[in-house]
This record gives sequence, structure tokens and C-alpha cells, in this order.
Amino acid sequence: MNSLSEIIAFLLISSLTLGAAIAAVGLRNIVHCGLSLAVFFVGVAGLYLLLGAEFIGFIQLLVYVGAVAVLIMFVILLTRPEDEAAKLPGLRWRQLPGVLIAAGVFLVIYLAIMRSPSLLRDVPEPAALSIQAVGEALVSGHLLALMAIGVLLTAALIGAALFAMEGEDGK
Amino acid sequence: MLPTETQPQTQRIRPALNFAARRPWCTLALLIAAALVVGTGVLFLLNLKAPGLLTAALMDALSDPGQAPVLLKQGLLNYLENGWSFAPWMLELTSIFMVIGTLLAVFGVIFALTSLVERKVLARIQNRFGPNRVGPWGLFQPLADAVKMLIKEDIVPTGADKVLHLLAPIIMLVPALLVLAILPYGPGMAPIELGVGILFFFALGATTEVGVFMAGWGSNNKYSLIGAMRSIAQMISYEIPLFLAALSVVMLSGSLSPDAIVSAQSGYAFSFVPHWFVFTPWGFAGFVLFFTAALAESNRSPFDLPEGESELVAGHMTEYSGFKYAVFFMAEYIGLLGICGFAVALFLGGWHAPLPWLEWIPGYLWFFIKLYSLVLLAIWVRGTVPRMRGDHLMGFAWKFMIPMGFAIILAAAVWHYAGGGVLGWVASAVIVLMPYLALGRVVSIQYPASRRVYRFSES
Repeated sequence: MNSLSEIIAFLLISSLTLGAAIAAVGLRNIVHCGLSLAVFFVGVAGLYLLLGAEFIGFIQLLVYVGAVAVLIMFVILLTRPEDEAAKLPGLRWRQLPGVLIAAGVFLVIYLAIMRSPSLLRDVPEPAALSIQAVGEALVSGHLLALMAIGVLLTAALIGAALFAMEGEDGK
Repeated sequence: MLPTETQPQTQRIRPALNFAARRPWCTLALLIAAALVVGTGVLFLLNLKAPGLLTAALMDALSDPGQAPVLLKQGLLNYLENGWSFAPWMLELTSIFMVIGTLLAVFGVIFALTSLVERKVLARIQNRFGPNRVGPWGLFQPLADAVKMLIKEDIVPTGADKVLHLLAPIIMLVPALLVLAILPYGPGMAPIELGVGILFFFALGATTEVGVFMAGWGSNNKYSLIGAMRSIAQMISYEIPLFLAALSVVMLSGSLSPDAIVSAQSGYAFSFVPHWFVFTPWGFAGFVLFFTAALAESNRSPFDLPEGESELVAGHMTEYSGFKYAVFFMAEYIGLLGICGFAVALFLGGWHAPLPWLEWIPGYLWFFIKLYSLVLLAIWVRGTVPRMRGDHLMGFAWKFMIPMGFAIILAAAVWHYAGGGVLGWVASAVIVLMPYLALGRVVSIQYPASRRVYRFSES
């Protein structure tokens, strides 16, 4: 956070992100909640971009907004009847104690972090990570994890295909 | 223009319009002359502030046509800095607005032109004349359309979700416009030189789906919702072959930046065949795959089921009217221009000239010539190929295009390790052709071509 414009951008993006997050849990219409979640994902992508992590930022946009948010919409529309979807409890006064407890927990964690000596240590500024470096790290040091994720995703795909096939047989 | 038909109309309107309608070319020449006179006058007045700087900027731009826009911008900024003593932040802001203004103007004109050219070309394919009432050859038709769209009533259905209904066209248009910011129009002329440009492009493409969903669901209309669902399913499916085709280019040029990819295609083999990726076996297959998927991404025929007029009125745009509909229309066309621009940068050598002795023509002209050829190709396809059926559409994406995408990546890898040459040509051609034939056989067995049966009209 050096220049004024960066601070303004940070404040704008983070308030948008926070507002969208609150809307995602607070709105009464479930489709609106899903769309607020998409806005929240965009805000997080904006924060990544502000930190100079272009690759992660655009992947966040591609995966979370383009795939996860749209998947959530599809699931909402395919599983819930229209009139039931419109009625969500929303925020109530009853939930106030929960909010207070959450605020208390946040306060304790905040105080603990602010008093920890590790904040006084000097951390060198991390070098800008090029996309080549990310790729090389993925296929050298983290190859096992990458392949494990590949196997996991393939298993999930096969599982989904299996469900779809069973549905067709049962007709 | 037929004089007998326009006679009664032109007599009712004012004499100036009467003159314009009768002598369009004369009017055009007069307008250009007036613009020249006014422009020279303004230039003369502005030049009094810092003598010489403005004319120097113009002369600079004229002396090197290949870099004219860049030189003109630098010259103008120099003039503003010295003549009007602009502060650095004001200069920065002016520079940004100059680029944005130029992009919007250029693509606005191309959009208006395309909306006319598409109707004209389609009409010619179908043995009609197309729009020919407004101006010479109907040239002012886009203007008339714009006025019509602006003064039409904006209807919001009572049952609609007002906020989403309003936001949807905006969310569709913004990503389409943002794509224009990273296209390499000429040497050193990409507005933003983004290192991960390709990723940016695909991330924006993914955001469009949310806009389609908002339009479909927010309209509270069955046709809208079904159209939106079809559209999203289609966009998600065809995004994968689009990505795979682009990935082969990224692999061989070793960069995600459009500028670097364009410069990787410079030079000529035997001093007349350009080193464009489309002139390699994997690149040709990749280009065809990319263009086909691009047609599907921008919901154009033959993949225009989401707004199939015969069944869904207009898909997710059914409940839109007036200017909101125009914004959707604009988003669609600008999206097509952007995706064609990417195809040019990835496979057709971007701003490089096709022949060495044509390099004197500025690079940005080559870029727009190629871009417009692709748009004309898309219009040609629309006029020729009938709309696909839903299951064929999905089957084509998942059973043919995606496996072909993987084959192209393999062929690109083989090409790279063979180092081009005869071996690379033969090997990668075989790797592309074998799956093409095999998959084609499988798909044509699964979806056999048969005579269309009209269930209700023929029995």
C-alpha cells in the first residue's frame, strides 16, 4: 500500500467485497444470494490483482465466477421449485448473540495477533512471481500434488458420469 | 434508390434533408469540406498557445504511418504538457481517455458498419437487396436504427426482477469492451500490454455467463430462462475447445501475452510464406477449432439455438426492448469482434503483413483487414449453415471438438520436438488427421444424417 490511488482502490474493492459477502448471507431471495456470491468472488479477484498476483486473480475470475457461481445458479434452479426459492429466513434479531460472539472471537484474535512479536520482524518484500515460475514450481517441486489433484478430479468426473448413467437406466 | 418512391417523402421534410437525399455524394463532399475547414481553423487557434508543437505532432504522425496513432498521441501529450502546462496526473488521465475514446470510436464505427454489412450480405445470399432506403446503398441505416432504438419505449415486465433486469445488459457489455483493451492492434500498440492476456480474455468470457443468467432469470419469462440455460450450457461446453486451441499456440510461443504471440509469428519462409501459426498442420486445425468455438461462444448461427427465433422468440433477450436491447446487440457484436481479433492475434499473425513486399502498409490496417475478413466469414457461415439441434450441439462439443483439441495439443508438442521441417509437418499432420477421421466416423454413426421429418405439417 504505497500510493494514495492504491489505498483508494483497496478501500473500494474491500468494501464491495464485504458488502457482497454480507448480502450473500443476508438477502432473502436465494438467487440474489448466489449472484452476491459472484460479486464477492469478483471482489476477491480484484484484491489479488491489487497485490500483483495476476495469474491467481484471473484464475479466480475464471474458476469461481465462470464456473462455481454459474454452477450454484444451475443447482438452485434445477433443485428448488420457484416459489420455495423465494422464501429464505434472512437476518433476524435472534441472530444477534451469534454476531456478538463472532465479534468477540474476532477481537481476541486481533489482539493476540497485534501483540505477537512476529509483527516486529523484518520481512523482505516478495519478488513478483512470474507465470513461468508458477509453472516450473508446479511440474517440479509440486508434481506429486498436481498429479494427485488430477486423479481426484478424474474420480469426481467418473462419479458424476456414473450418476448420470444410473439415472438413464432407471427410466 | 428509386426516385419515384422517395419523391413524396422528401417533399415533406426540410430543404436541407431534401438536398441530402437527392445528392448524397454532393452532401458527403460538402460535409467533409466543412469538417476540414473547421478542423484547420481549430488547429490554427490551438497552435497559437504553443507554436509549432501541434504541427510537429501532426508531421511526426504523417512521416511514419506505421506508428501514426502512437506518435500522434505522444505529440498531443507533449503539446498539452508544454503548451497548457498539464500536471502529470492530468496527462495520465488524458492519455487514458484518448486511448479509450479512440477504441470506442473505432469499434463503434465498425459495429455500426457490421450491422449493415451483415444484413446486406445475408440479403445477397438470399437473393434480396437488403436495406437500401436510407442513404446511398442504405449506408445511413445504422444511424436510423440507433435513433429508433433510442426513442423506443423501455418496457420492464411487472413480474421482472427490476435490478437484475437493468444490470444484465451492462454486465454483458463490460467484458466485451474490456477485451478490446488487450488486443495487439499494431507493433507496440496494445492499449495494455498484459503478461497474462490470454487468461484475461478467458476470465472475461466466463463473466459473460453471469450476465446471460441474470437476463434470463431476471426477466421472469419461460422463454428467457430456457434461452439463458441453453446459452450458458453452450458457452461452458465450447469454452473448453476454445481454450485447448489457444493452449497449443501458448505452448509453442511460450507466452500468454498476445504481443509476444504475434511477434513469435514474424518472418517468412522462402521469403513469401509468412510464419503464421495457421500455416502449420496443428495451427490450421487449431484455427478452425478456435473459429468454430468462437461462433458458438458469441451465440452466432449455426450455434444460435439459445435465441432460436422459431422456438424461443429471442432467448434471454425476449423481454428487452429499446436501448437495453440495443446494448445486448452491441455486446454481441463487440464480443464477436474481440474474439475474431484474438483469432487474428493467435493464428493469423496479428499485424504482420502476408507478403514481405506488402510491409509498407501499416500493421494496424493489416490487423483490421484480417479481423474484418473473419467477421465476413462468420456472416457467410450464418447465411449458409442451418441451425443445429440441441443434442447435436452438445455431442459435437464434447465428442468431437474437445478430443480434437487434445489431438492438436499433441500435434503441437510433436511439431516442437521435431523442430518443424518435413518430419514435423508429416508427424503433426498425421496426429491431427487420424483423430479427425476417426472421430468424424464415430460422430456420424452416432448422429446419422437423415431426412428431416416435420411431425405436424407432413403427416
